[in-house]
Amino acid sequence: MASRRQIAAMKQSLFDQDYLDEQFIQLEELQDDANPNFVEEIVTLYYRDSSRLVSNIEQALERNPLEFNRLDSLMHQFKGSSSSIGAKKVKAECTLFREYCRAGNAEGCKRSFQQLKREYATLRKKLEAYFQQARQAGPFEAARRSK
Amino acid sequence: MDSGFSSPRRDAFPAGLRVLVVDDDPTWIRILEKMLKKCSYEVTTCGLAREALNLLRERKDGYDIVISDVNMPDMDGFKLLEHVGLEMDLPVIMMSVDGETSRVMKGVQHGACDYLLKPIRMKELRNIWQHVFRKRIHEAREFEGHEGFEGIHLMRNGSDQSEDGMLFSLEDMPSMKKRKDLDNNHDDKEFGDPSSTKKARVVWSVDLHQKFVKAVNQIGFDKVGPKRILDLMNVPWLTRENVASHLQKYRLYLSRLLKENDQRSSSSGTKPSDLPPRDTAGDFGFQNLTNKQQNDVAVDSFNYSDVPLQSHSSETKIRNGDLKAIVSDSIAEKRRALSGSIPGTKVSPQISLNHSSFGPLKPEGRHAVFDCTIPSTQFTWSETPEMPLKKEHKSFLQLEDSSFSHSPLHVTQRKIQGLKSHSVASVCSNPTITESEVAASVETKPMYADYKREYASSVSSIGSVVDTIPTQSKSLMENAQLSEPSSAKNLAMKTQGFNYDLEFYPENLLDEDLHFYWLQGEYYNMNWGFENIGMPEYYDPGLVAELSSHLHDSADCTLVDQGLFIA
Repeated sequence: MASRRQIAAMKQSLFDQDYLDEQFIQLEELQDDANPNFVEEIVTLYYRDSSRLVSNIEQALERNPLEFNRLDSLMHQFKGSSSSIGAKKVKAECTLFREYCRAGNAEGCKRSFQQLKREYATLRKKLEAYFQQARQAGPFEAARRSK
Repeated sequence: MDSGFSSPRRDAFPAGLRVLVVDDDPTWIRILEKMLKKCSYEVTTCGLAREALNLLRERKDGYDIVISDVNMPDMDGFKLLEHVGLEMDLPVIMMSVDGETSRVMKGVQHGACDYLLKPIRMKELRNIWQHVFRKRIHEAREFEGHEGFEGIHLMRNGSDQSEDGMLFSLEDMPSMKKRKDLDNNHDDKEFGDPSSTKKARVVWSVDLHQKFVKAVNQIGFDKVGPKRILDLMNVPWLTRENVASHLQKYRLYLSRLLKENDQRSSSSGTKPSDLPPRDTAGDFGFQNLTNKQQNDVAVDSFNYSDVPLQSHSSETKIRNGDLKAIVSDSIAEKRRALSGSIPGTKVSPQISLNHSSFGPLKPEGRHAVFDCTIPSTQFTWSETPEMPLKKEHKSFLQLEDSSFSHSPLHVTQRKIQGLKSHSVASVCSNPTITESEVAASVETKPMYADYKREYASSVSSIGSVVDTIPTQSKSLMENAQLSEPSSAKNLAMKTQGFNYDLEFYPENLLDEDLHFYWLQGEYYNMNWGFENIGMPEYYDPGLVAELSSHLHDSADCTLVDQGLFIA
């Protein structure tokens, strides 16, 4: 079982590597006795809801020709959603994708989306690992904000 | 939740502020809810704009502020914003992940009191109460301001009208601040504890707004003032303040509408794709509605004609000329209607617009939808499959023309099927009529049911048709010898029954028989768009923007805009 320090370090690296931004801290600050697992709940909710968007975008990218407006709109939603958990790299990729959309660059969109999916999946794994450790450390630990 | 929708806790403002959060993103909803609760606010969440409006309407005084995402799936956030501002007069905060200046500006233009960028920080939410507070103070001041000009000569009337006993006179102006002493609930605690003010939120129902607009028109838009409007409206519980703030919004709304229409009319002839983006089209959701009504009306006016087709043999000479006459006459009527009459009475003009759409006036290929179905059916019946579509149209219309000439067009609630059989019967007795013509009429009628639906997506045809109407109408007006008015009356009568059947609306959207009647009533009874919310999704929003420009060209804007007000 990871120590508190190790868990804190895990989280810190997520920030350092730009996987997460300040929003994540906001979520942690919302965690309280009434919602001791608030952050994890939110992340779970995000991945559940956004997977729908991801597959929509995926389908839209298979069309020929691409409907850039629609793609842009979908990605806008996805970006908004990703901002909710502070998924920094994912958000950056969203922005890039939208730029490709506006430029009508189909290849760019597809490439960008592949990268986005990678970031999306990586973050998920890392967060899952983090939450698992935090939970194992005990609810008290999980609820504590690490500085 | 306690009786929390009655009034918030007075002593602890801003705690207990009743917030309605509207966002289709479930993750954000959850986060915002948590954040707002941490601010000690009372939170209600919903994932759809329509749901939000329902909630707001159900509990008229149940919320203090609305926070909504700009991108909602069922309605443009800006449109929701307008609705809320106009109907409920609540402060609305917009949210978006998109912080582009143009968007933010748009939000402000549509009346947002703030525009937050996602991700939203809790500290931003902590201070949203200021918008509630500010609004209350502002409204109180606005009230005073209006009194400034009108206080003098209106004071007498004011005291008669206002149930709240607002006795205004210039001498009283300084004592405005002493209104706390008066027995008024809506300004009493304004300066003290805004959260506790049981300021009766006036919900501007269709009825109320209709009265308002009627009053405005009677007075003359440029001469209105809240007091005069209030007098005319004769709604005892309504206060001048309510009217004043509503008038302010109405003015803003109209000016924006007029500006947009000016822009659009200067680029008339644009294709639907050139039309403004969705959100301004939201303003014309009503236009969409009216267009569809118009289409449907015409369609049904044809369908429901119970005039036999027998006499057509002698009417073969009736062709485009008379048809156009119908069109032009009706258009003229429409213009008259738009320019002066009280809404709810003139319905025939809408029929005319549709005549034109069927007739030779249709200029472009936008009638594709309409066109396609007719030929297909004609070919099955007609003995001359090669007959060009246009002719079929004309022949059909010709039949209708004669019906006009010979007897009033009864707009009955006859089913399409009923008419069909009727037509068939008359077909048999009129072998001289070219069978293809009759066939066309018979076959096309049932198709109108489909047309109605298709019109939802091809309203552009109306737009293009309307383009041509004005140019042709003048020259053809003399030819009109038709009994349009009676049909108009019939139709108008029919609509009466549906005027207040507002709740019906979304479900009946595709109910052919009731549909256009109801819509007709809607249009002329100042449908506020409460129930029109669903409309944009049925219509291509851009389509009727063009039409709207024409309506504005030819009509007195105020009357038309009544219908458009909240659309």
